[in-house]
Amino acid sequence: MKKVQFKSSYSQYLFLAPQLGILLIFLYWPIIQTFRDAFTMQDAFGFGATFVWFDNFLFIFDDPAYFIAFKFTIIYSFVITLITGSIGLLLAVQANNVMHGKSTYKTLLIWPYAIAPAVVGVMANYFFSERFGLLYHLFHELWGFNWYESVFDSYIYVIIAGSWKQISANFIFFLAGLQAIQKSVIEASMIDCKNSFRRFWTITFPLLMPTTFFLIIINITYAFFDTFGIIDTTTIGAPSGETRTLVYKAYMDGFRGLDLGSAGAQSIMMMLIVLVITIFQFRYIEGKIHYN
Amino acid sequence: MTRFITSSFSHLILIIGILIMVVPVWMIFASSTHTSSMINMNGLQMFLGDSFYENYLRVLLYQGGFFKEITALKMFFNSFIMASGVAILSVVTSLMAAYALVYYRIKHATLLFWVIFITILVPLELRIFPTYSVMAELNLVNSYFGLIVPISASAIATLFFRQFYKTVPDELLESAKLDGANTWRFFVDFLIPLSKTMIVAMLIFMFVFGYNQYLWPLLVTTSEQYWTVVMGLKMMSGSIVHRFAFVMMSMVPPILIIIVLQKHFIKGVFQDK
Repeated sequence: MKKVQFKSSYSQYLFLAPQLGILLIFLYWPIIQTFRDAFTMQDAFGFGATFVWFDNFLFIFDDPAYFIAFKFTIIYSFVITLITGSIGLLLAVQANNVMHGKSTYKTLLIWPYAIAPAVVGVMANYFFSERFGLLYHLFHELWGFNWYESVFDSYIYVIIAGSWKQISANFIFFLAGLQAIQKSVIEASMIDCKNSFRRFWTITFPLLMPTTFFLIIINITYAFFDTFGIIDTTTIGAPSGETRTLVYKAYMDGFRGLDLGSAGAQSIMMMLIVLVITIFQFRYIEGKIHYN
Repeated sequence: MTRFITSSFSHLILIIGILIMVVPVWMIFASSTHTSSMINMNGLQMFLGDSFYENYLRVLLYQGGFFKEITALKMFFNSFIMASGVAILSVVTSLMAAYALVYYRIKHATLLFWVIFITILVPLELRIFPTYSVMAELNLVNSYFGLIVPISASAIATLFFRQFYKTVPDELLESAKLDGANTWRFFVDFLIPLSKTMIVAMLIFMFVFGYNQYLWPLLVTTSEQYWTVVMGLKMMSGSIVHRFAFVMMSMVPPILIIIVLQKHFIKGVFQDK
């Protein structure tokens, strides 16, 4: 914290008030309602709600569809993190290597970051349509690809759609991380170790750890929440709910099924997952990595 | 010689990466300049056709929607209002809140810190129905206010501004105090000019974030008058080339902003000088 500060006075509240006000009304109030929904059951005619303890939670644990969504969300975030992280790192290392055209490459790789997931989904749709989709036909020739029926093929579809624009984000952050490494460290390592491949994995990559773990969290959050627009414009969960993320399922249960109790309980489960990931990040990983 | 080989290898990898990014978008663009019958017969196209003006003008001016009440042009207008509203509101409130957190000796500082920053863990998707019912109670469904404010309830920019303020040398406040600056003057005359890069970066970030919203506009607008571009993708009808043209146009504003303002964006987010 700062050594020199202003004394506490009423004016500090004037600075805090706009953000705190918006957060209280549009964030805390809805969160409180989420908890109220999760522990109550609406009666069929919408006249009132009864307190039902953990019934809504027990109900979702009994629901096989919840576990399908859970399994898919875990696989989806893992694979997206792995694919976008490694391709982003590969491209960033190459862009950091080249003498000429560095900024041109940067510009040409950065823009997909700005495209909305829903727009990416609609585009992916055209490449995976049965009628004229190039990738659909390519994969169909190779192994009889059919995402309408095969779970594996539908995974491939949403993974490609979900990874495409996220490669950009990983590229930007890895490149910034590489450029932040001091020249002297790299020069010293060049004298000690002639093999550039080994040099990368023993010197450069450990120095990139803070960026890597930051990106793991960013990618998991992306796969959990931002991919709603992608799922909703590509498979819509097909085949039979196998490609629904937890967020997508909660939304569908609340919106289509008007089951606010279940949607609330599912939201709280997701809050817990996010909390666990965050605590893990702070407690376990932050202590074990190098900062330069 | 080895230097030449490794550098050619780098260029090759980068060019493959760029092709993966550019080719799909180019194909949709090229296809959007053909006629629908051409696409239906021959699939996606690699080369430009000659229906560019015809297709794009029709998409921009056609009265779409279920009730034929909105044109794509109006959707762009709505998206622009929403994105700028989100950018300005969230950046201004974050700038102020971070100032109070860093520059005041606040009593319950730790508590306040957590009250603000724990909200980053609860994205809108996790509280979407309750947020909707709050908006309904406040009578804010189908309004620009309703599109903007819940998206602006975010402490991400606050986190960035707080980090930035902490790197500002203490001498700045000391000398400002000697000059007789009060808290407001210090904020406006010293800190804001100093934070310019960070402010621009956060405005870009929040603009793109607001423009790209999909689920929230879908839920909070029942009147077609408030439809935005990205949610319009779900609603659009018409022949295949018109849909291609709409998809192409929908991605132009955020891409343009990121490319044109790229330097400021990267400078601010990564704080490199």
